[in-house]
Amino acid sequence: MTFLLILLGTVVLIGVLLVFQYNSLIKLRNRIEGAWAQIDVQLKRRYDLIPNLVETVKGYAAHEKETLDAVIRARNAAGAASGPADQAQAENMVTSALRQVFALSEAYPDLKANQGFVQLQEEIAGTEGRISYARQFYNDSVLRYNTKIQTFPTVIIANAMQFREREYFEADDASRGPVQVQF
Amino acid sequence: MDLYRQITANKRRSWLLIAAFVALVVVVGLAADLVVGLGPIAVVIAVVIAVAGVAGAYWRSDAIALAVSHAQPADPVAHARLHNLVEGLCIAGGLPKPGIYVIDDPAPNAFATGRDPKHASLAVTTGLLERLNRVELEGVLAHELSHVKNYDILVSTLAVTLVGVVTILADVSLRFLWWGGPRHRDDRARHSAGGPAMVMAVLGLVLLVLAPLVARVMQAAVSRRREALADVSAVALTRYPPGLLSALEKLRDDTTVVHSASRATAHLWIESPVARLESEGRQAWLNRLFDTHPPLEERIQALREL
Repeated sequence: MTFLLILLGTVVLIGVLLVFQYNSLIKLRNRIEGAWAQIDVQLKRRYDLIPNLVETVKGYAAHEKETLDAVIRARNAAGAASGPADQAQAENMVTSALRQVFALSEAYPDLKANQGFVQLQEEIAGTEGRISYARQFYNDSVLRYNTKIQTFPTVIIANAMQFREREYFEADDASRGPVQVQF
Repeated sequence: MDLYRQITANKRRSWLLIAAFVALVVVVGLAADLVVGLGPIAVVIAVVIAVAGVAGAYWRSDAIALAVSHAQPADPVAHARLHNLVEGLCIAGGLPKPGIYVIDDPAPNAFATGRDPKHASLAVTTGLLERLNRVELEGVLAHELSHVKNYDILVSTLAVTLVGVVTILADVSLRFLWWGGPRHRDDRARHSAGGPAMVMAVLGLVLLVLAPLVARVMQAAVSRRREALADVSAVALTRYPPGLLSALEKLRDDTTVVHSASRATAHLWIESPVARLESEGRQAWLNRLFDTHPPLEERIQALREL
């Protein structure tokens, strides 16, 4: 009788532990999805800020058409890009095109002093910070998830329930190196 | 030592301190039993009183700390940079965005409060906003958010509660002793009063007198450990040690004192807001025992090693 009770208790305990471990895996996996979505949210925010920026700069430096067209073209290309590698490349184009727009302000003191421009500059800098933090959080989440499905005891559930390893977001060599600003 | 090793080491050391703290409570309880025969029930009562006293403060910790330091909500347009930096760091740490406040004070400083990440607030002085550049400010904000992420308000509340338990126990025992103590234990003591029992009683008495002081020293040690932890956790968020490093250097070189801070809220700030007298030798060592923050020089050195 006692033996049966102990056996029953052990089975129940193991069952409860399994449920907890399974839930923690689901939670970590969902966090990765959320982190990925957050990157897109921030990228979208940057796309939305670009037309405003172009309009503001036009008022002061209309003849810098080439630089302004370049940033619009880069933005549209990034919006149309498909696949992570393509996308990453397009985003880098946007970043460097934006830098050139901000470099323009050095030559136009009125633009540099414009309140709207200053605010947009802060917004875009903030958004770029958020983009890289979102990527960092995505990679941290992938690291935690991958570690969890490779270590005991969750490795058992992960194998049985087909939890697959996730891939890291890797910045390519172009974005890792210093950004070159051309004039 | 690398970043993650420093984080684990700091966490382990602060929990060891809490464990030692609990041991102190047990020892003080035993001493109270030995000297005046209050027994384990006294410990339970002291714990209940201390928890009741601190619970309210813990629950409303953000509102209280913000009101005491005259913090005003930061305007999202006027303080766009502040809002942007905090949002970015929250994304990096997977935290909800806390309430953001500004304190009109020329001394550069900042603090975080709130019982959990969902009820957290972060306040910076106008002096800090004026003096730090973007990366430095980001480092300081990351330090504050790390306090939120590491549940430091909970840890420091725990420490305050334990100080309360020790103080109540010591206080009540000494009063009982003064007024003669419970009778029944006196009888027993009279029958068995020998040399060793006498020595134990004196030891217990000394312990009861010193315990509240020891408890304060331990509370300060816990606070210092959590500060060091928040520094390294901040770097784990920004991945850029020079930001916080140069911010701490600026804080070190600044001697303005926050007007609206007191000893009661000292453990919340990034830099100890209470003015320190320049003391030397033995006195300095004694003062350091009660400091809520490690010396800035030590913190800068620890960041340099990352």
